[in-house]
Amino acid sequence: MSVTFKVNGQSTTVDVSSDTPLLWVLRDVLDLKGTKFGCGIGQCSACTVQLDGEPQRACQIPISSMEGMEVTTIEGLSSDGSHPVQQAWMEVDVPQCGYCQAGQIMTAAALLARIPHPSDTDIDREMNSHLCRCATYLRIREAIHRAATIVVTE
Amino acid sequence: MATTISGLDRREFLRVTTLAGGGVLFGAYSASPVSAGVLEGSEPAADFALNVFIRITPDDLVTIISKNPEIGQGIKTSLPMIVAEELDVAWRNVRVEQAPLDTERFTAQSAGGSYATPRNYDAMRRTGAAARHMLVAAAAAMWGVPASALTTVSGVVLHGASGRRATYGELADRAAAMTPPDLANVPLKDPKDFKIVGTRVSGVDNLGIVTGKPMFGIDVTLPGMKYAVFGKCPVFGGKVLSANLDELVAEPGVQHAFIVPGGDNLAGLLGGVAIVADSWWQANKARRKLRVEWAEGAHANDSSVGFAARAARLSKSEPEVASTQDGDPDAALAGAAKIVEAEYSYPFIAHASLEPQNCTAHFHDGQLDIWAPTQSPERGRDMIASTLGIDADAITVRITRSGGAFGRRGNTDYMVEAAAIAKEVGAPVKLVWSREDDMQHDFYRPAGFHYLKGGLDGDGKVVAWKNHFVTFGTGGRPDHGAASMRATEFPARFVSNYELGTSFIPYNIPTGYLRAPRSNGLAFVMQSFIDELAHSAGIDPLELRYDILSAYKAAEGSEGRGRILDPARMRDVLQLVANRSAWGKVELPRGTGRGIAFHFSHRGYFAEVVEASVSNSGVVSVNKVWVAGDVGSQIVNLSGAENQVQGAVLDGIAQTLGQEVTIDRGRVVQSNFHDFPLLRLKQAPPEIEVHFLKTGAAPTGLGEPALPPVVPALCNAIFAATGKRIRTLPLSNHDLRWT
Ligand code: FES
Ligand code: FES
Repeated sequence: MSVTFKVNGQSTTVDVSSDTPLLWVLRDVLDLKGTKFGCGIGQCSACTVQLDGEPQRACQIPISSMEGMEVTTIEGLSSDGSHPVQQAWMEVDVPQCGYCQAGQIMTAAALLARIPHPSDTDIDREMNSHLCRCATYLRIREAIHRAATIVVTE
Repeated sequence: MATTISGLDRREFLRVTTLAGGGVLFGAYSASPVSAGVLEGSEPAADFALNVFIRITPDDLVTIISKNPEIGQGIKTSLPMIVAEELDVAWRNVRVEQAPLDTERFTAQSAGGSYATPRNYDAMRRTGAAARHMLVAAAAAMWGVPASALTTVSGVVLHGASGRRATYGELADRAAAMTPPDLANVPLKDPKDFKIVGTRVSGVDNLGIVTGKPMFGIDVTLPGMKYAVFGKCPVFGGKVLSANLDELVAEPGVQHAFIVPGGDNLAGLLGGVAIVADSWWQANKARRKLRVEWAEGAHANDSSVGFAARAARLSKSEPEVASTQDGDPDAALAGAAKIVEAEYSYPFIAHASLEPQNCTAHFHDGQLDIWAPTQSPERGRDMIASTLGIDADAITVRITRSGGAFGRRGNTDYMVEAAAIAKEVGAPVKLVWSREDDMQHDFYRPAGFHYLKGGLDGDGKVVAWKNHFVTFGTGGRPDHGAASMRATEFPARFVSNYELGTSFIPYNIPTGYLRAPRSNGLAFVMQSFIDELAHSAGIDPLELRYDILSAYKAAEGSEGRGRILDPARMRDVLQLVANRSAWGKVELPRGTGRGIAFHFSHRGYFAEVVEASVSNSGVVSVNKVWVAGDVGSQIVNLSGAENQVQGAVLDGIAQTLGQEVTIDRGRVVQSNFHDFPLLRLKQAPPEIEVHFLKTGAAPTGLGEPALPPVVPALCNAIFAATGKRIRTLPLSNHDLRWT
């Protein structure tokens, strides 16, 4: 089926079978490889994108439900790493292997947009769906607090 | 032009070449490359192999070629830091490039065993220093002044007396004409003067990671590429008798469906059905329709329950092999004031790297191009060559970043699968495993069983220790990948009457190295049992550990430098962690307890304290972890080092809390993260204090040795909190409720 939706601000039309998850459309049709495949069953959140500003798991969204929607991927957050969350992630040196981090950053950015100064409890609640096999969790907490200060000073 | 000079009594040499577009390449080579067999258990022939490449171009950029695979251990950042330090350049002018597999040029290119730092630290320093030496010599010749009158700072050579200056980029061409210094004797910086090494440096690939650049194996895309899935028999090594291939090729987008016969080597190409389609989603969707008649083989009734029952039976007889005996343990037990007996076991566990196994392959004109997230590119190439009959020289392997590895990607089964499929198809093919494939076709951390007997004298001294160890193997030897114990494994030599005997269970489960192999199970057993002995003797668990460490008797001969636990270094980290955590000085509420443990592995000394709470309903939470580690005189990248240690600690906590792979009917029961739980953010304690004790020893690796002690430290904390002794893992199998 043909579906038209916005990806990182650009209107895009794809023609794939209706049950194809958004994840595979992004990765293999639109060549946006930043969104990652980890489990395919909604357990790891490596595939997180923002749909109309809300963090969602792209492996669980059939393309048929995307008509007219607006999706932001890690590539759309900023391509030069200037988004406060990306900056904080680099300053704190969060990544180990880095595979989970695009998903983590997409949820963190959505969290900060909603709660500019999240508490540890907010962070634990919002970020708990994300798996990091390298277990960079302490730095994820720290980087979100750091990003909150970058937002304020800009 | 190229100039070559040999180190006098070493087999390394520096080769310096001018670059066509301007600039200079410094290459340090080892004259007789050591083999790439560097995973745990196969120690390299020398402590380091020289293989460093530095390129300096007229724009003052310094490019350091990183030869080792980056799997999240931070090597692509830390090794170049060492070169940059001695070269004396500003880190912001350094670029790092991943080298392809080329063992002729780079010698060993692999990741594993925490070997990269000990192998390369000295070589990286010497090469950086030699390059700096030649740049200084070039400036001295140009200005007609003695080299001793010159200094360097951040990539600039300065002549203080005249105020003249020249950048490395300006000097690059001339430097190539200078005589290279003897690498063995080139002067090195005093570590006091380090400006880069020992600081916090953010990973060199972080910008790419946070902006979602395609860096991982799974991100590789080639023109005209097809996508493959590969369905193997759920019983390891089973063969395809027949499959509904005709139905599969009729599915949308499917281009090919065929049987790969496969062999019997569990680490090699196994039998299965390949489905190749225009997209991965189509290939994977078609797989739901796959119907196969398998020949499951002789192991289709194996189970974890069966293995445990067999181990229990074996424990009743004498060990099959008497592995180590010191003194007379039976006599010592007969005379002991107290005897403690316990049965310990740990399960198979999976690596579960977040990026599933994948590999891209293109076979064309007799050549095979491979892109792979791998710890062992050379092993992968050789396995492909021997399995598919392709000349190794006709295979090019490009090493991508790995989305985690933890030892899993030292095996190269997925590489040979992709190659076999690509060879059949002709077009470029990307094979991507599903998470279920990844969970059910891993090389698991092997399970192990220990039947222990300890004897204490009237003063609470440990006078006897017997361990009947049951592992997997045949013919009186552990199979490759199965749990094994060195004769020198702690507490050998620390207890005067000590016995280790081993028995074996035949099996057909692929097992292999998982972060801190062997140690990740053994530390749990040894350090938990010491805790039992301490409690039985009524002695503080820390004091008993000091006691045991002071009882060390050196053996005749040696297993090699740095390989055997040095009790003084362990005592020091134990003391440090006890001080930092105020061990024994803190009042804790009911349901909260602290545990302590130490372990030596991969040349690293780690002692750890865990504070954990167990709720009335039996839920465990870790409140805080204190870590003290001694990995020698120098931490290269403090940021990366702390990240590795904290990650290793949390990895161990995850294993302890809930990770287990069970076998039933020859198959792995678990399939995805819902039944093989990784740690989540809420389970991570707010703080993990990491203290590095710097000692005179040569710097060693950090990817692994911080993991093993946390497992028993957590279990010992649970005993302190609840009085329940944990002798099998994971904790999720135990009822920890209390009132
Ligand atoms: S891949 Fe979507 S949640 Fe794991
Ligand atoms: S950094 Fe490796 S999975 Fe998160």
